[in-house]
Amino acid sequence: MFKGMIHKNTAFFLAALFVVFLFLPKIIPSYYVYFIASVLVMALLAMSLNLVVGFGGLFQFHHGVFYGVGAYAIALLVKKTPIPEWICFILSPFVAALAGLIIGLICIRLSKLYFAMIQISLGSLLWALAFRWYGFTGGDDGIHGIPMPSMISGVNNSYYFILIVFVVCIVALFMILKSPFGSTLQAARDNEQRCEAIGVFVKRHQLFAIVIASFFAGIAGVLFVVLERSVFPDLLFWTLSLEILIMCLLGGWFTFAGPIIGAAIMLSLRTFIGIQTEYWTLILAVILALLIFFLPEGVWGYFQEKLKHRKEAVTERGQ
Amino acid sequence: MDIASAFGMSEIALQLLVGLSRAMILFIISAGLSLILGVLRVPNVAHGSLYMIGAFAAYSVNQIVGGAAGFWLSLILAPLFVALVSFVAERVLFCHLYEREHLMLLLFTFALMLIFGDLVKFFWGVDYKSVTAPDMLKGSVMIFGLPFPAYNLFLLIIGPVVGFALWLFVSKTRIGKISKAASVDRMMVGALGINVSWVFCTAFVIGCFLAGLGGALIAPTMGITLGMDHTIIMEAFLIVVIGGLGNIWGALVGALIFGVTQSIGVMLLPQFAIIFPYLAVVIVLMIWPKGLLKSVW
Repeated sequence: MFKGMIHKNTAFFLAALFVVFLFLPKIIPSYYVYFIASVLVMALLAMSLNLVVGFGGLFQFHHGVFYGVGAYAIALLVKKTPIPEWICFILSPFVAALAGLIIGLICIRLSKLYFAMIQISLGSLLWALAFRWYGFTGGDDGIHGIPMPSMISGVNNSYYFILIVFVVCIVALFMILKSPFGSTLQAARDNEQRCEAIGVFVKRHQLFAIVIASFFAGIAGVLFVVLERSVFPDLLFWTLSLEILIMCLLGGWFTFAGPIIGAAIMLSLRTFIGIQTEYWTLILAVILALLIFFLPEGVWGYFQEKLKHRKEAVTERGQ
Repeated sequence: MDIASAFGMSEIALQLLVGLSRAMILFIISAGLSLILGVLRVPNVAHGSLYMIGAFAAYSVNQIVGGAAGFWLSLILAPLFVALVSFVAERVLFCHLYEREHLMLLLFTFALMLIFGDLVKFFWGVDYKSVTAPDMLKGSVMIFGLPFPAYNLFLLIIGPVVGFALWLFVSKTRIGKISKAASVDRMMVGALGINVSWVFCTAFVIGCFLAGLGGALIAPTMGITLGMDHTIIMEAFLIVVIGGLGNIWGALVGALIFGVTQSIGVMLLPQFAIIFPYLAVVIVLMIWPKGLLKSVW
């Protein structure tokens, strides 16, 4: 199935990495286990965004909404309905995907900045609803103490659950990107007119990408609830969406693994520098500004470029 | 529900006037944003932070000078301070980035927003601040037989004044006309021997001055606090978009829609009043995807 998709060495390295991650809770204190779990959640969210922004070339400026919808969906389904928890887990990402379909259908007619703006206004609508509808969503207090199945409660158990879901999701995302659909999406990003000229229904592909991305964002939202057991309107606020965009930028837009690096950098800054000083956002912002000035491809993108050059140099010398 | 019978006509009119006066502040801020978007093509997320700095600076001026004089002085000094900050930011940072794509510019200005936010936290602290309006603007005026806050009346007067001044600048002065031309074709304007970089700088500084003015004007009506930049910038962006990017009159129309729908919301469903403007934006954009008035883009 994966033949030809990734290099043998890479596959071996990733398998080893997975094993290391499996044994991490045995070695490191549970605070760090919790930290890694939250990085994985954010990384999944950022990767789902990168599918639309990096590979689809769309101005998805309010991706956080789908994350928030997924989180609120699981919270409300578990708290307010008698549906068994495991079914709620499966339903919630689909609720997020439905939100993605509706918002996508409205946005997709527009392009660039207008696309971004109508998405932000729709997202803000949902944020304002969650913020004010005290009877249903708990208003600005949010919902706390959401019951989770005992199998995945506790830091270590939720870590394993998040890790496994994360791995399944990135494999799925990888295959989507390598599929004909993924290639078409990237082609449409690079030249929309030409794509349309050869008979590709560009808008339909882009809409489909939005739905897929919001599905995975919904999964990330569910994982957030598994980890934190609470939801609040900030999940739907636009600053979170910009933060995810920053993660993609930090890691690198056009790379598959970039957003993981970006999420790790951002959360490390927040967690470890946040303890030292309340001005951690200042440090983040300065790093970000320097990055935009000097490394617009992102950290991972930069190294990938370097590696490529070196490999090319080596093969040239070989010949 | 029949609104007229529930509230009475004069109450409705008064509520709409409150909405209009709020719209005036939104107009001043988003006109600045629109100017920057139109001339420089920079989606300036840091605009909200400059508004916040304006409010905090107004507070400081009021602390130092005090009394009515302090208030009037703050309306001039706070925006000038903001203009100075933006001038430095433009000359040191922005002027190297104009050729980048919008997404990068947006993220860069977001970084600036975070920096400004932390600087405000550093210099002014995290506590709520408040400014009191001078005595002549305190209290209320009777309109339609009901009390109407005098300060809101003041805003209703100052909004059109600022709009008129901005119109004079854009369409009557030489630099305004050049900036208008530069927004259409910056290469051509440069080819005519005009220093486009300085034109951009002027437009940027004037736009930011307006943000600072908005901050100084809103200071007496609400608590000045960190995070006030987050909501205003989103509202300003939406106003600019429904009005038509870069069109100053569009900013006025958008601000009026925003303010009025919010006051209608307050009358119909007070709990969900903040939802109404967003709903209006969605409806407008679904019918007129490029905004109500002509966009310069």
